[in-house]
This record gives sequence, structure tokens and C-alpha cells, in this order.
Amino acid sequence: MSQTVASQTEYNYKVVRQFAIMTVIWGIVGMGVGVLIAAQLAWPALNFDTPWLTYSRLRPLHTNAVIFAFGTSALFATSYYVVQRTCQTRLFSDKLAAFTFWGWQAIIVSAAITLPLGITTSKEYAELEWPIDIAIAVVWVTYAVVFFGTLIKRKVSHIYVANWFYAGFIITVAVLHIVNSMAVPVSLTKSYSIYAGAVDAMVQWWYGHNAVGFLLTAGFLGMMYYFVPKQAGRPVYSYRLSVVHFWALVSLYIWAGPHHLHYTALPDWTQSLGMVMSVILFVPSWGGMINGIMTLSGAWHKLRTDPVLRFLVVSLSFYGMSTFEGPMMAIKSVNALSHYTDWTIGHVHSGALGWVAMISIGAIYHLIPALFGHGNMYSVKLVNTHFWLHTVGVVLYIVAMWISGVMQGLMWRAVNADGTLMYSFVQSLEASKPFYIMRFLGGVFIVIGMLVMAYNVYRTVSAKSGSLTTDANTQMA
Amino acid sequence: MTSFWSIWVIVLTLACLALILGLLLWNLKNYVGVEEGESCGHEFDGIEEINNPLPKWWTYMFFATFVWAVYYLAAYPGLGNWQGLAKWTSSNQGVTSLAESKRATEEALANGEKVQLDQEIIAADERFGPIFEAFAKQDIETLAKDEKALEIGQRLFSQNCAQCHGSDARGGIGFPNLTDKDWLYGGSPDKIKETLLIGRVAAMPPWKAALGEQGVKEMTAYVLSLSGRKVNQKDADAGKAKFAMCAACHGMDGKGSVAHNLPFGAPNLTDNIWLYGGSQRAVEETLNNGRAGVMPAWKDILGEEKVHLLTAYVYSLSQDK
Repeated sequence: MSQTVASQTEYNYKVVRQFAIMTVIWGIVGMGVGVLIAAQLAWPALNFDTPWLTYSRLRPLHTNAVIFAFGTSALFATSYYVVQRTCQTRLFSDKLAAFTFWGWQAIIVSAAITLPLGITTSKEYAELEWPIDIAIAVVWVTYAVVFFGTLIKRKVSHIYVANWFYAGFIITVAVLHIVNSMAVPVSLTKSYSIYAGAVDAMVQWWYGHNAVGFLLTAGFLGMMYYFVPKQAGRPVYSYRLSVVHFWALVSLYIWAGPHHLHYTALPDWTQSLGMVMSVILFVPSWGGMINGIMTLSGAWHKLRTDPVLRFLVVSLSFYGMSTFEGPMMAIKSVNALSHYTDWTIGHVHSGALGWVAMISIGAIYHLIPALFGHGNMYSVKLVNTHFWLHTVGVVLYIVAMWISGVMQGLMWRAVNADGTLMYSFVQSLEASKPFYIMRFLGGVFIVIGMLVMAYNVYRTVSAKSGSLTTDANTQMA
Repeated sequence: MTSFWSIWVIVLTLACLALILGLLLWNLKNYVGVEEGESCGHEFDGIEEINNPLPKWWTYMFFATFVWAVYYLAAYPGLGNWQGLAKWTSSNQGVTSLAESKRATEEALANGEKVQLDQEIIAADERFGPIFEAFAKQDIETLAKDEKALEIGQRLFSQNCAQCHGSDARGGIGFPNLTDKDWLYGGSPDKIKETLLIGRVAAMPPWKAALGEQGVKEMTAYVLSLSGRKVNQKDADAGKAKFAMCAACHGMDGKGSVAHNLPFGAPNLTDNIWLYGGSQRAVEETLNNGRAGVMPAWKDILGEEKVHLLTAYVYSLSQDK
């Protein structure tokens, strides 16, 4: 990594550094709020009878913080880094890039203020009110200008696959955000969606599922396509596989939203079509996992010594698992059991904590030394500690929600010999409580891991440039 | 959906699937210009890409999902207005009333269409119907002592009635307690069953305009005095002078409509049981703004046989054991 110091004059690393550091900070905030609301589900008194500490207000704060503050900061950091290095050119505009950083941070802060105050559109993952929505659109279009501007002035003939995914994610998120947020304002803090009824629900989940599909999947696949081969030091397994799975993934995902609305007022044809596309989507989703995992051919031994690579590879396993689970849950007869239960929460978190968080954490551990002129993190041992804390936390979380979710589904549909329901809702809630505590413990593991990361990052960043070399502490227990 | 939108959906769906299939077939061939297993020849920040073929098992899986998709879209609704060869729908979508729903169910049966919700209801009725039919032949007083009947009645209650009346049937603000002997429409088996079957609507008009602030205060004092509460006697006397306006529903003695065989659902004001709260403030609120009580009709939702069992359960709650 000796070339990184020299290339800092050539590439804009400042904005990458800023976003990378904020990824860690927002990760702690977002996941910390997650642990608090997980605790509230087990011990409701923890809202302290304070309106802005209630679950209903903190839950959107948690989702916004992890998706748009933590996850999206990681995407900004890595996409700016990857697009420069794989196009061998500096960012299109330093000023616009700086604007995206400060603009995005301002949006996050305004979300962190307005959501606890109860200012919300009540659209899931799109709770922010219209002035903030407009700011998001402006920053996002600027992001697109910087990214595509850089692609255009690239010094290599081809566009690398990671950049296809970043490009697809940037364009689609702009379209999704603008269409779903269309609203008529009645005051500075209140607006009403221009859609109504089943159409509103469909637009909302077209947005909602593609926030998962493009932001949390396509964007992070872009990350995967750079950091996995780079960290493993191996070529990408199959170019043609990346062509098929990229185009199939982006064209199928956009249809999948209706599976969030099975057995509702949505017309049958829309539900069926959403289910069909969701099921086919399983195959191109796995295309990305195969390409990532097979890239490790010939480098599997590195997993023994490199905890960063471990983060990346385990994230791919979780990606494969949740992209199998998702299409399965999109099948109507499975959905009849899983819908409205904790199974859905477990599924989302195996994607969010297993795939998104682990690939981001791995990428940040790769980036931080490179960005701050070091050969390695301050402590590789602590990276390894973080890996195990995170893995144990994710497994506790997912297993708790699987058991609780399937149990809820079965309890809700159980009938007596006379056809009446066997359990009341409260009984299923009582049965879930031990698993809520288990989920809370999983979250505690994950947040402790993030704090370990923050310490390690702090020590790395504050170390004298060049003092942490590659060989100094790769020795691990 | 108009034909235009139907065709729009069909064309977009099939075009999307065809393009993906074409993409897959195209990539089965080696068009890259280097041998399979070799590097494609470009390099990005040190990363090369190998021209490996698509994994076979993965390709087969892709084809399999396509075959399944074609089957599913042919058999079930999915392609615009295409109804599907299985003639299946989840429910009679688009109906807006119970009457429309009944008509749609009959039409679907006559046309041999498979409406899943209707079929599930028919199957449930066939399976569970005889249980309720047998109970329906017995009178309510007998059922109110039958443990099995009460067990089922309690389950029906917790699923359909507990939302308002509470799982212990003790009610809440605006929802009557069903375990005492105070009844708004009568507590005999017949009256309870009637309440359940056809529902009830009660209206206490607002008196703010007619009585004025002072008048409401005085009437409140009088009403509270009826159940033996300590009040300002002067106010109560003034309220009593105007009570004739309340008597039409509550009776001159304030004992409520049931005591006078009237069907208004006007509560007894002398028993210290309060549907909307018995504090001075709550009674003033009732007098100022009025109240509206609604009990839904369960005849079409549960059917008479289940209502019969439910009646027995509710009746049993107020009987001394």
C-alpha cells in the first residue's frame, strides 16, 4: 500500500475520509438506538413515559440512522474511493463532493431532530417531511453529477463492474425517492402524499423494497466487487456472470415490491406478478454471491490470518442466506405464515447486520489504513475481536427472531376443534418475550463490536503516518 | 383495468422476462475474445476479471424459475386482465358491502370460479357447522349451564367482543360491563340475543346550548344526587326542576329506559354505575357534548348459531353461580 501516500495528491481522499469516519460514528448511533428500542420491546417501561423516547418515534430514527446515515455514508465513502481508483482519475468536482458530504450530514442531523419530535410522513423508510425530502433530492442529484462526471473523465476504456452497481443504485434511488415522496405540503412540518389507498401502498412498497434492492443490495454489491478481490488479491471469478446477474438483478428487483402487500387490498394480479418476479430474483441474487465467494479460489488460506477478509466473506454468506430467504417469503403460502411476524424482522436483520453491516465494516477496515497512510489497522487483533462480537450478535439476533416469528405465525393460525382461534394476540406476545431479550443481547454484542471498531479506528487515524506497517502486527492468536 | 393498461402490463412483463432470458442465453456463449478461464485482459486498480463460464447448476436453476414463472402466469392472475387457467382469485375483490359480497359469492359459484376465501368459508362451515347447529337447538338458559358451550362462547367472546368489552367482559369507558345486573337494553336471554343480532345505536344529545353552563352544573348536581352522592343541594334542586327534559328517555325517576320498557338504551342514573364515568367532570362532559354508543350487528358477521352460543356466554356472566 506504499502507493497510497503518493496517490493522495492525485485522488480526492478528503471526502472519502470524512464519509468513512462518519460511517463508524453513525453506525454506533443507529445501532445504539436499535438496542434501546429492542430493550423497550422486552421492558416497555424504558420509554420513561417521554414522548420522544417512545418506540414509535425511535424506531424510524433507528431505521433512518442505520440505512441512510450508516449504510449510505459507507456507500458514499466507498463509491468515491472505488470510482477514482478504478477510473484512475480524480473526482469530477471537489466542491460538489464536499457539498454532498456536508449536505448529507445536515440531512441526517435534521432527521435525528424531527423524528423524535414526532414529525413524520408515516411512510416507512420515507418518514422525513417534505423540506428534508427536497434537500435529499438536491444532494442526491449532486452525488450523481460527481459520480457520473468522474466516470465520464475516466482514463481506462472499460467501466469496472463495481461502478455499474454504484451507478444503478444512484440513479434508481433518485427515481424512487422523488416519486414516492411526492406530497402536498400544508405547513413546514406536515404534508400529505399525492397517492391514496392501495395505490399509495403500492408506490410506498415499490419504493420500500427497492430501497432494499438498490440501496442495500446493488450499492453494496458495488462495494463487494472492489473490496473482495482487492482484499483477497485475486481476480474476479467470472466476468460473464457479473454481466448476467447485474442486468437481471436490476430489472427484476423493480417488480418485487408487491410481495410486501400479499393478502391485502392490492389486486390479485399485482400480488402474483410481484411474487413471480421475486422468486426469479433469487437466481441473479445468488449470482453476486457466487462471483464473490469464487473470487476467493486460491486465497482461502488468507481467511485464517485476515479478519477483514473474514468480514467480507461472511457478509457474502449472509447475503446468500437472506436472498434465498427473501424469495421464499415472497411466495404467498409462506408469506401467509411469515407476514406481520418477527420472521420478517429477522430476515431484514440477516440482510442488514449480516450482509450490509459486515461488508461495510470490512470495507472500512480496508479503507482506513489506506486513507490515512498506514499499512494496517492499529490492531488486527481488535478487528478479529470485532468480527466475533458481530458474528455472535447477528446469530443471536436472527435465531431469536426466527423462533419468535415462526412461533407467532403458528400461534395466530392455530384453531380449536370448534374453529375458534386457540390463542389471543397477548398470548403470542407473552411467548415472544424471551426471544425479545435474546435479540436485545445480540444487539448489545453488535454495539460493543462497533465501539471496539471506533477505538481501533481512532488509534489508527491518530497514529503517526506510516508507523503502522503491514508486517508489524499481522500475528494473531 | 382498461384494455390499454392490461396490454401495457402484459407487454412490459413479457418483454422484461424475454430480455433476461436472452441475456442469459447470450452469456452462455464465449463472446469475450479470450479462452475460458483466462483473464479478460482489462485491469482496474490491480483487479482482473476471469472469463469463466456461468456455473451450470446456476444456469439450470435460472431456466427452472423461468419455466415455473410461465406456468404460474398462465395459471393465475398476473398478466394484466388475464384471469388465469385455474380460474382462481383470492377473494371477491372490489366489493364494498356485505350484500355485494353475497352476490359475488353466488355468481362465482355458479360460474365455477375458484374464490379462495369463499371456499375456505364453505369448508369451515362444513367442518364446524354441525357443532354450532347442535348447540342452537338448545335454549339459552340450558346452554348457560353447559360447560362445553360456555368454553366455546368464551372463545368467540375473546375474538369478537373483548376488543371493546375487555377480555374479562367488565367493559370500559363507553363500553358496558356485561358481568353486572345493569342492562341498557335488557338482560334476558332474548334481549341479549336481540342486541347481538341487530346491534344497538344510542344517542345522548348535547345539552350545552339548551342548559347553558350554569344549567349543566345544576343538572350534574341533581344527576349525581340520584345515586346518593353529596352535592350542592341548591344546584341539585335547580337541576331537578328541569329534569323533565331528560325524563323522556331516562324516566321521571331517572331509572333508565329499561325500567320503563323503552328501547332507547338510556342508562339508569340512580345505581352509581356510569357508562362514561361518574366524576363531576365526566357527567358535565356527557351533558355538554352528548354521547353516541354503537354496538355492531353480528347477525351477518357471525351468523345466528354462533350468536346463540355467545348469548349464552354473556347471559351466564351476570348469573349468580
